[in-house]
Amino acid sequence: MAAGENVKLLGTRQSMFTQRVVWALKLKGIEYEFIEEDLVNKSSLLLRLNPVHKKVPVLVHGGKSIIESKIILEYIDETWKETSLLPQHPQDRAYVRFWAAFIDDKLMEASKKAFVSTGDDQVKAIESTVEALQLLEEELHGKRFFGGDQEIGFLDIVAGWIAYWFQFIEEVGGFKVMDSTKFPCLDSWTKSFLQVPSIEQNLPPPDELRNVFGAIRSSMCPK
Amino acid sequence: MADEVKLFGMWASPYSRRVELALKLKGIPYEYIEEDLSNKSSLLLKYNPVHQKIPVLVHNGKPIAESLVILEYIDETWRNNPVLPQDPYDRAMARFWAKFIDEKLLTTARKVSFATGKEQDQAIEQITEQLKLLENELKGKEYFSGQSIGYLDIVANVLVFWFRNLQEALGVDMFTEEKFPIIFEWIGKLVKIDTVNECRIPKEKHLDYIRTRLEALKFSSK
Repeated sequence: MAAGENVKLLGTRQSMFTQRVVWALKLKGIEYEFIEEDLVNKSSLLLRLNPVHKKVPVLVHGGKSIIESKIILEYIDETWKETSLLPQHPQDRAYVRFWAAFIDDKLMEASKKAFVSTGDDQVKAIESTVEALQLLEEELHGKRFFGGDQEIGFLDIVAGWIAYWFQFIEEVGGFKVMDSTKFPCLDSWTKSFLQVPSIEQNLPPPDELRNVFGAIRSSMCPK
Repeated sequence: MADEVKLFGMWASPYSRRVELALKLKGIPYEYIEEDLSNKSSLLLKYNPVHQKIPVLVHNGKPIAESLVILEYIDETWRNNPVLPQDPYDRAMARFWAKFIDEKLLTTARKVSFATGKEQDQAIEQITEQLKLLENELKGKEYFSGQSIGYLDIVANVLVFWFRNLQEALGVDMFTEEKFPIIFEWIGKLVKIDTVNECRIPKEKHLDYIRTRLEALKFSSK
């Protein structure tokens, strides 16, 4: 399939997973059509393109659909070879894939629990979140970005939600773990990451995120 | 310099077995170290401090953890007999279904194992749907990966031994030839491959193991 063929992205502006794909496309200078999806009222297009999970983001390239944000990122990197997102060496690639899985499994699970729970459950979830963040903090020691000193890469993109969405998860969830004294490397990384033009220009407005998280929390919390 | 490859694994783990299968398919010599999960070795904890789990591949002293990450590493490092397809779209699909197997299918299988009554029925319904979706991917193909076995067959290898043993140990109507004829046809092909058989989970030992664990769980939840 020629790299130059028509690219569409189905997603929502508030979704951290959709934004990963937006950032990757922007960093590589790939032109695409963005189709905003209504997740409450899913379109027949979405259901046709992602019948298994019915979720966004979905990348459509040359008529074929690719799903799951990390898988889409790897697809993009393999199809458009300029400005590599993943490192070249297999060992370094294994490293970024390992930590990407960690961020999306351990950290996200703990953060979600902290977000919806209360009382003792929340305390435990917060502890798990802090532990996970501490491991990431250690991985950032001596590095400007997860991808190195010069440029952001795959792992920064995957970790991107920590730099921006996380504060609203804390705010709406009623807890606070991120601070610059406990996590100086993450704090510094956040600032550098958010200054990258492709990232800075592609972040949803705070109030939109507050609304979305507020709605999610109300629907998930036991009354 | 000769490559030094070690695999820390566990005989009943489908995650461990899939790495063994990949190494054998590629003809990569390796040293296998069996881990006692109730008494993890200091080496394992050193090589996988984050998760403290098997499998861990150690290549010339450098550790790689998480079975799917290991499979990709193996394919990128030893380029003979590639297990992942060449085309980026096919690679994306293979990765998608591998993730589906690990995140959905195996999670639901655990639910089926530990639940009882109505909850178990619901879990069985769920896994039936998931297996049917996976079965669809085999339609019109010799193997998941096409004409010969590859990455997705290696990941789906969990169905060949682990799933069938679980089915037998539980005795529920979860994974049968009747329900999934195409998957079972594929299983029939896989078990004829020597390399696949070399990595099989020994059945009787596994049935014992599953039953013991289920008993222990029931006991501890009383």
